[in-house]
Amino acid sequence: MATLAPPAPAPLTDEPGRAPTASLDLFVTEAEGGRQRLDLHVPGVHCAACIRKVEGALRNLPGITHARVNFTTRRLSAEWEPEQLAARDILSAVENAGFEARPFAAADAAAGAPDPASRRLLKSMAVAGFAAMNIMLLSVSVWSGADGATRDLFHLVSAAIAIPAVAYAGQPFFTSAWGALRHGRTNMDVPISIGVILATAMSLFETLTSGPHAYFDGVTMLLFFLLVGRYLDSLMRDRARAGVATLLKQSARGALVRAPDGATEYRPIEAVAPGMTVLVAAGERVPVDGTVLEGTSSLDLSLVTGESLPEAVAPGSALLAGTMNLSAPIAMKATRVGEQSFLAEVVRLMETAEQGRARYTRIADRAARWYAPAVHLTAFLTAIGWLVAGAGWHQALVIAIAVLIITCPCALGLAVPAVQVRAASVLMKRGLLVKDGSALERMAAADTVVFDKTGTLTLGRPEPIDDLPLSPSDLALAAGLAARSRHPLSRALLSAARARGVTPAAITDVHEEPGLGLEAVWKGETLRLGRPDWAGAAGSSAANLLELAFRRGASPARRLGFADPLRPDARAAIERLRAAGLDVRILSGDRPEAVAAAARALGIRSWAARQTPEGKLDAIAALEAEGRKVLVVGDGLNDAPMLAAGHASMAPASASDAGQTAADMLFLSDSLMAVPQAIETARRADRQIRQNLITAIVYNVVAVPIAVAGFVTPLIAAVAMSLSSIIVVGNALRLKVPD
Amino acid sequence: MNNIFVLLPIALALGLGGLAAFLWSVRSGQYDDLDGAAHRILNDDEDGPE
Repeated sequence: MATLAPPAPAPLTDEPGRAPTASLDLFVTEAEGGRQRLDLHVPGVHCAACIRKVEGALRNLPGITHARVNFTTRRLSAEWEPEQLAARDILSAVENAGFEARPFAAADAAAGAPDPASRRLLKSMAVAGFAAMNIMLLSVSVWSGADGATRDLFHLVSAAIAIPAVAYAGQPFFTSAWGALRHGRTNMDVPISIGVILATAMSLFETLTSGPHAYFDGVTMLLFFLLVGRYLDSLMRDRARAGVATLLKQSARGALVRAPDGATEYRPIEAVAPGMTVLVAAGERVPVDGTVLEGTSSLDLSLVTGESLPEAVAPGSALLAGTMNLSAPIAMKATRVGEQSFLAEVVRLMETAEQGRARYTRIADRAARWYAPAVHLTAFLTAIGWLVAGAGWHQALVIAIAVLIITCPCALGLAVPAVQVRAASVLMKRGLLVKDGSALERMAAADTVVFDKTGTLTLGRPEPIDDLPLSPSDLALAAGLAARSRHPLSRALLSAARARGVTPAAITDVHEEPGLGLEAVWKGETLRLGRPDWAGAAGSSAANLLELAFRRGASPARRLGFADPLRPDARAAIERLRAAGLDVRILSGDRPEAVAAAARALGIRSWAARQTPEGKLDAIAALEAEGRKVLVVGDGLNDAPMLAAGHASMAPASASDAGQTAADMLFLSDSLMAVPQAIETARRADRQIRQNLITAIVYNVVAVPIAVAGFVTPLIAAVAMSLSSIIVVGNALRLKVPD
Repeated sequence: MNNIFVLLPIALALGLGGLAAFLWSVRSGQYDDLDGAAHRILNDDEDGPE
């Protein structure tokens, strides 16, 4: 491939999916005091010694001012004086310490950091908690019989604590309620806000007129409990977001561009224009759509089209962005970038598909839709009733407000987030990331599961079929050849040899013929590993193209068959989905033969092959039109639109960026059991949410008549509110993931 | 009765002190890496958060 070598070769790391080091400067940001800052994802940090090793390696560098690992997000932040150090020194120091590191892209750097909204909620929660505890101290003495001037003084002190606390801690509810009302809608925050504001105002009036009942304790406690629910909800989303952000980091977002004079430059994707020449090393993903100019190689299309067999390319062949270049470096001409690219088409399809999901209303908001008017009507009728019965304005109003306080959806506000946070955290321990709470609600409703095949039902990496027909010494030689190549079949052969306890022979001077195979001379014998016809295997290749042959010296070549195996417990997982009453289907972009074989092995009757992204999207739309709720499980770029269109969706951690972005839930394990586990957990969570809502309703049925009759004192309100919240949270904690 | 005028301010000042300490700890990022803190305690040469 001498024609390909650029005159001044840029340093190319040969790690797959890794950006060349020249690109590091794109990720450096300016810190205060003229220092530079770099954030790296260091997935290998897993113990106290690792933290010390990484931080120690950096602190020994001259000019470093800050080096700290965030263990929770596996994120290393480093700041340094630019005169003494460069970004590359930071990366190599971490790598020399024995850790793999990747830069966070500048645009995504914020994604791994804690969300300011969560911090705001935590602070609100602290303020509400402080106010509730201190007011409760004063209230207890009032309930125990303090009266006259002492009671008025205690009420005044309570007011002085409660009013600023409500003004600060109530803001998350007030802004959300105001936003809903302005658009003519209502949500759970509307009755909360009205209750809180009216109760505070009424209590202030009572205090100033030396009245007996002030509800400052109830109001602040209510805010505290609700903020606990809100904070938990936001914490769950933060964790999932950080998890997804680290997964997304794995793809390079740049391209090595060769200028007409032969100089090479690493550019961000946005700066690549049609007509430019782009170099793609073996093991890298093709950065933009284009055509091959020089070189022959084979491409792994599985993440883009779902095709499981590598495709051979030669000058003139079309290339799609996101496919992996397997065997040899190629030069390509960029043709479609940005808006015209295949990726942009898929993103457009995803956007239209997502509009359906945006219409989904969460259970809590559906409950609020009838709950809020019912509560407000009851309070209003109570006031009218007492007026008609001859009570004064003041008394009627006080009782109506007591109704509002007692019905304030404290338990309702906790009922849903408490269960969902619990479900998400138990799922996370099993390697399932839930992006938000509504995903669990939607997943619980699913009655049909649509799987992609390549990379979803299968592992997306080939493995040898049956036993390899090679003696241990031959296998050691074949593995020794294979160790020199990054073709997926070579890698599969190598790991199969290692799994059988065979150490690959140390063969130097291996020569790779792109598209054909590997050749070496070992102790006077010629070794060949590659395409069966090239290695000299007798007979014609079967339809099964996943085949290698190995020849040693003059002995006849032997064929080695490979297949993309199903995930280890795919069959059991599918059985379990069926047992749970779900209809299972396959929609794949692969060849009909491959899809039919997988469907037969899993006992799935309904399948379709050679599906385009549009075709998959239409199929999902047709299923939804039948009234089905579809859970989509897929990984590729071609699956992204259907992942976005499904009622709920899941993707494995090996999925394409677009697939991960579109899915509601990601599973990190190789096992397909994650899918039934997620569905069963979602259904259990759904059941508990309903139990919690019923608890809240029962509480109202008991408490509202007491309030309407005018018997509710601040003491009763405080006890009732705490009790219902504790029951609801206790119920949520029972949730476990099925085995 | 008079002791209330001493005890109430003391109780509130203590409570506010606790609240201020908590808000400070949130702002200075002490809740950003809870798992890391559990591991860092094992390191002898740690010079505290930077």
